[in-house]
Amino acid sequence: MSDIIRRDPRAEWIARNRLHPLHAAMQPAQQSWMGPNGVVRKNVHGVGFIGPNGIKRIDRSGAQQGGASKRPAQAEVQLPLHQITAAAFYIAVVPDMVGGRLSSHDRDLLGLARQLAGSDGAVLAVVFGECKETAFATAGVDRLLLLDSQGYAPEQRVLGLRAVDNQFAPRHWLLPDSRTGGGELGRRFAASLGERPATRVWQVKDGACIGRAGAGLQDLAQPLRRLILATAECAEPVSETRHEALVVQLSTAVVPCLARIEDLGAVEVDPAAVPMAEAEFILSGGNGVKDWALFHRAAAALGATEGASRVAVDDGFMGRDRQVGASGTWVTARVYVAVGISGAIQHLQGIGACDKVVAINQDAGCDMIKRADLSVIGDGAAVLEALIVAVDNWRNANSVGAGSPEIQATRSA
Amino acid sequence: MTIATVALVSIGAHPASGRTRRAEQDARAVELGLELVGDNLHVLHAGNPHEPALRAYLGMGLDELHVLEQADGADAVPVLRDYIREAGVQLVLTGSQAETGEGSGMLPYLLAEELGWPLLVGVAQIESVHNGVAQVLQALPRGQRRRLQVRLPFLVTVDNAAPKARQSAYGPATRGLVNAEVVEIVADELSTTGSLQPARPRPKRLKVIKAKSGADRMKAATAKSAGGSGQVLKGIGAEEGAQAILKLLIEEGVVR
Repeated sequence: MSDIIRRDPRAEWIARNRLHPLHAAMQPAQQSWMGPNGVVRKNVHGVGFIGPNGIKRIDRSGAQQGGASKRPAQAEVQLPLHQITAAAFYIAVVPDMVGGRLSSHDRDLLGLARQLAGSDGAVLAVVFGECKETAFATAGVDRLLLLDSQGYAPEQRVLGLRAVDNQFAPRHWLLPDSRTGGGELGRRFAASLGERPATRVWQVKDGACIGRAGAGLQDLAQPLRRLILATAECAEPVSETRHEALVVQLSTAVVPCLARIEDLGAVEVDPAAVPMAEAEFILSGGNGVKDWALFHRAAAALGATEGASRVAVDDGFMGRDRQVGASGTWVTARVYVAVGISGAIQHLQGIGACDKVVAINQDAGCDMIKRADLSVIGDGAAVLEALIVAVDNWRNANSVGAGSPEIQATRSA
Repeated sequence: MTIATVALVSIGAHPASGRTRRAEQDARAVELGLELVGDNLHVLHAGNPHEPALRAYLGMGLDELHVLEQADGADAVPVLRDYIREAGVQLVLTGSQAETGEGSGMLPYLLAEELGWPLLVGVAQIESVHNGVAQVLQALPRGQRRRLQVRLPFLVTVDNAAPKARQSAYGPATRGLVNAEVVEIVADELSTTGSLQPARPRPKRLKVIKAKSGADRMKAATAKSAGGSGQVLKGIGAEEGAQAILKLLIEEGVVR
């Protein structure tokens, strides 16, 4: 809305009439002009605005709206396009694509590939399954190859990578050495090729790669191998250039293999058994929770791992292993629901890495509300009860929609 | 039905002091094997039979331990492959990676490739072995589990999500028998090409501010780090608040 030019007819009329008392104020403030003797003069007091108290304020961060001149909309900086018409060689990268998007580990890997490719090599990204990522061009991908993959089928993926290897013969293969599938796929591929990979590589420099060895007390330096499994932060991600991300195809279809490992699907896990540092969804109670039985019921109904602040643990309502905070566990949950927690700085330290924080509290000014992405001001017990009812209703509505007869029978009974 | 089960063990090193001890993931593999077949578990090591840390595995309640005697720096894959083939083994349990030496974790993958058996990685529990088909729980990140089914014979790599290994007792450790077998040595080429150095701390990634003008740099430096813009619902009833929270939970996909 700020880039719509609005005319102020009154200001224009005043500017046209020299005898109006506000005429001088409407003239544009001269910031610098040519003075006598050819010296450029500058009006140092020309900055700033009169703030709400009547005191003159200068705000250089641009956060306040009181600036006299409107900031023009920042033009989208177009990064230079790095185009490769005929690739001299390929560097193949197989990103993890956790949740269908490029993770930061994948971006670091693409940065390393860019470093190895130099100016005449092309970075080929091999992506399995469906991906929701659209920003391959800014991540440093010159050629993109999409292979379809269903479920957990590592042997089929290795065959796909072998087909890519036969067709493109990349100079290097880069895979992330991670627990989200990259480490396993890289090692299976290396065993299938019969080539020795460089694992847990954290630096590639001058034709040598350095990787962690053993339990982490030693490093292994070896000449650069063809197959590299790199850890996170192995190189800077690509930020200076744009790339084409042209889609390429395999000339022959990948041979489907008989899967020896059958994937029977994910298994329901008891949220209380998941270690807190790893848990995805945490329901945490603090000083404001009076009815702990209701809290436990809510955690069971939502399927959330339970946590507590220091006050609740010291009062004995939860065990010490459930404490979240600076001296408790540092949680990395995706969703953290805090009931009756005021948000002392030590607790906020423990939830620093959480993506979405939901707070239920009586006090609207507490630090937890400032940190939270969604807050509900009200009685925690009432909200938890309503939440249990809402979740049950939603689950029933979903399972009725799916047509499972057992749920219908219990409802009618 | 007892299956011939073998657990491959190696010498571990304490992550802080470097002192040799039983390797943690190999000990979990032995624990999994003991829970599965009890006394019928064979434990196999390729290396020095006189290593004192090896007896820690015997202290977990085993009578004997087989060692394929070879020097440090020799390749373990061919000797293990030949032994496993000749012994008629059906299930092999290993840890994810070694704690001494290179620690690449390639050994189970190379063995699986050379034997031609399927390999299951990051297993937390072997649920059942019935009629030559095994059901196994694989550990996924974030504490999730996945069930897999595979036919015998196969290899299993054990994760830190597997049940903790039982304590090692000194008495059974000293009383246990270490059967050493001399095998032909194949040298590993890593000792010639790579060199082990003490670990260097990795350089910390600096947040580089890509600002061209002074105003941009000032804005980047004074920008508030906290989000600051959360949705606050005041004065609404408990039901609407709960609905809003449920909507967010469903959107994030944590409530199914």
